[in-house]
Amino acid sequence: MQSLIWLAIAIPLASAAFLLVAGKRADAWGHWVGVVASSAAFLVGAGALLEMLGQDAANRATTLTLWEFIPGSDLNVNVGLLVDPLSITFVMLITFVGTLIHFYSVAYMEHDVARRRFFAYLNLFIAAMLLLVLADSYLLLFFGWEGVGLASYLLIGFWNHRNEYATAANKAFVVNRIGDIGLIIAMGMMFAAFGAVDFTTVFAEAPEASTATLTAIGLALLLAACGKSAQFPLQSWLGDAMAGPTPVSALIHAATMVTAGVYLIVRSAPIFNGAPNAQLVVAVVGAITLLLGAFIGMAKDDIKKALAASTMSQIGYMMLAAGLGPIGYAFAIFHLLTHGFFKAGMFLGAGSVMHAMNDQVDMRRFGALRGVMVITWVTFGLGWLAILGIPPFSGYWSKDKIIEAAFVGEGWQPWVLGGAALIGAGLTAFYMSRLFFMTFHGKARWTDDVHPHESSPLMTVPMIVLAVGSAFLGLFMATGDRFTHFLEPVTGHAEHHDPVIPIPVIIALTLALVIVGAAVAWMKYGRADVPETAPAGSLATITARNDFFQDGVNRAVFQRPGQHLTRTLVYADAAIVDGAVNKQAHGWARLGEASRKLQTGQVRSYAATMLVGVVLIALIIVVGGL
Amino acid sequence: MTAMSFVYLAAILFAIGAAAVLLRRNAIVAFMGVELMLNAANLVLVAFSRMYGELDGQIMAFFVMVVAAAEVVVGLAIIIALFRARQTISLDEPAELKG
Repeated sequence: MQSLIWLAIAIPLASAAFLLVAGKRADAWGHWVGVVASSAAFLVGAGALLEMLGQDAANRATTLTLWEFIPGSDLNVNVGLLVDPLSITFVMLITFVGTLIHFYSVAYMEHDVARRRFFAYLNLFIAAMLLLVLADSYLLLFFGWEGVGLASYLLIGFWNHRNEYATAANKAFVVNRIGDIGLIIAMGMMFAAFGAVDFTTVFAEAPEASTATLTAIGLALLLAACGKSAQFPLQSWLGDAMAGPTPVSALIHAATMVTAGVYLIVRSAPIFNGAPNAQLVVAVVGAITLLLGAFIGMAKDDIKKALAASTMSQIGYMMLAAGLGPIGYAFAIFHLLTHGFFKAGMFLGAGSVMHAMNDQVDMRRFGALRGVMVITWVTFGLGWLAILGIPPFSGYWSKDKIIEAAFVGEGWQPWVLGGAALIGAGLTAFYMSRLFFMTFHGKARWTDDVHPHESSPLMTVPMIVLAVGSAFLGLFMATGDRFTHFLEPVTGHAEHHDPVIPIPVIIALTLALVIVGAAVAWMKYGRADVPETAPAGSLATITARNDFFQDGVNRAVFQRPGQHLTRTLVYADAAIVDGAVNKQAHGWARLGEASRKLQTGQVRSYAATMLVGVVLIALIIVVGGL
Repeated sequence: MTAMSFVYLAAILFAIGAAAVLLRRNAIVAFMGVELMLNAANLVLVAFSRMYGELDGQIMAFFVMVVAAAEVVVGLAIIIALFRARQTISLDEPAELKG
């Protein structure tokens, strides 16, 4: 099936095109076309995985060249797909979670008039995301990268009749473009340094390149990853991206697209391995973002925005792990995988809650939903236990490994990075428990007109499947380091290093912090009454509630000066460049005005002019003696 | 009677013709001025031809006459057309091409 892996991209793409052009006659059944296309992609991916598992660990990378894209002597780019353990992991995550979310969306979008268009965009996203992870060159990856950006934009702004949703889509698009510049610059530098942009050549020649080159390429790639994965300082778009329908938030802005940055870093491991400084920056960015996201998550009352902040924070963990080098790559992807399950599951749970509560998102108007939405409560609860890192649920196996790996090293790094990861675990426990207790426990604070009910099986079954994954996937993958060994051909073998603190102590500290965080949340939001309107709060709360004033900072630092710059340039263009040309044109026009007067229309004056001219010529000939 | 006498006469005829063209508004009169100028030139050509005993000048004079005859046909046609259009043959009247 590996040689047919292109079908996994082609089928959803064709389905997307079909759904977009089919028109109204497909409204009644178009969504099932989307579901079938996504399922077919999953089956192709699963076939490729099974074939791969039958192969030797050393021979698991297959390149499939489809056609010549840019034939040339200096730059030769083929369209080719790379099937290896890393890409197939992503293919499985994307198609499996994606297909579940397709099923869920059939019910969730049931009453939306544009459901067919929604499924077209979802299929487009699946195709673009698969292209991103299967590409065998940075250039082709960039196509997928832009494709998912487009799908994300279309889906965030799906309800673009609401102005602020359209603005949120634009914001996501613009911030992502900043990251894209990083990827373009990185490709340019690769071409300058290695003369190629395909993975094979670049990674083969990377060890010989100078550290400065690799650091520059690495930082450019990090910029790209920051844009796509909502990492500091390009994190501002993710919270607003929750304007999209909830299945979109689950698929694109939690499980798959936002993790593309982590994929990019891990895929580019040979470049980062030769650039320790770039790696350190990646780890520091991850650490900053994981704390930033956690702080924001603690103050948000909007259930989707709290989950978005949590996503940002968890991707911070993955970035931190990816920045640690070979010891962290596999854990970054491992956490990405488990996070994809439990976060998608929780988003779908949030969607189920919103469905029951007339699209209410304010957690202060939830409460006591445990009794009326048992399946949602249980599935969400499993996701909650997983993200907290309670053994034996998924999150424990991946997040704990990252915290351990963060404590490996020398000097200040392990203390700072490990400390951030450890504190982050406690904060995560607090904000996720706060979210969980505010939604499902305590007293009912519902608005008068809602009558919550459990969602239909089409929605609950995907939630149950994801919850099972949240519960057991980590254990399954971690047994005998199964997943780490699976990824080893790509991420390289990592020597075991001892952390600066003994591992049992780290585990105990993490669990203690998690329990403290959860207990504090229970005291404040589970047992005690939650006010229906948010209290004013301290300065810290206000800061976190406003996302650390990121929009204000961006506006003051980038947008305003940028606007002034463009206005100045426009003025200078009009005054100097256009001015010179216009002045010249006016001069010629005035000359024309003046010479126009010579044309009197009087026949006799023309005759006189002719006579004078002839006499003058005769005089010149006679007097000049010519 | 020297050749110069003919040149003086031709110069006088030419000046009269030019003055008629430049000073008179009547198109017919201006036209006659043009003919006068052409014939002044013819006179010079014929005079010098006689002086040098060669026929080139006379041949040239015939050419000028033929061209002048053709020009008269065209010119008079224009004047008639002008008169039909405007009921006047004043040269100052048609000034539409004024810039």
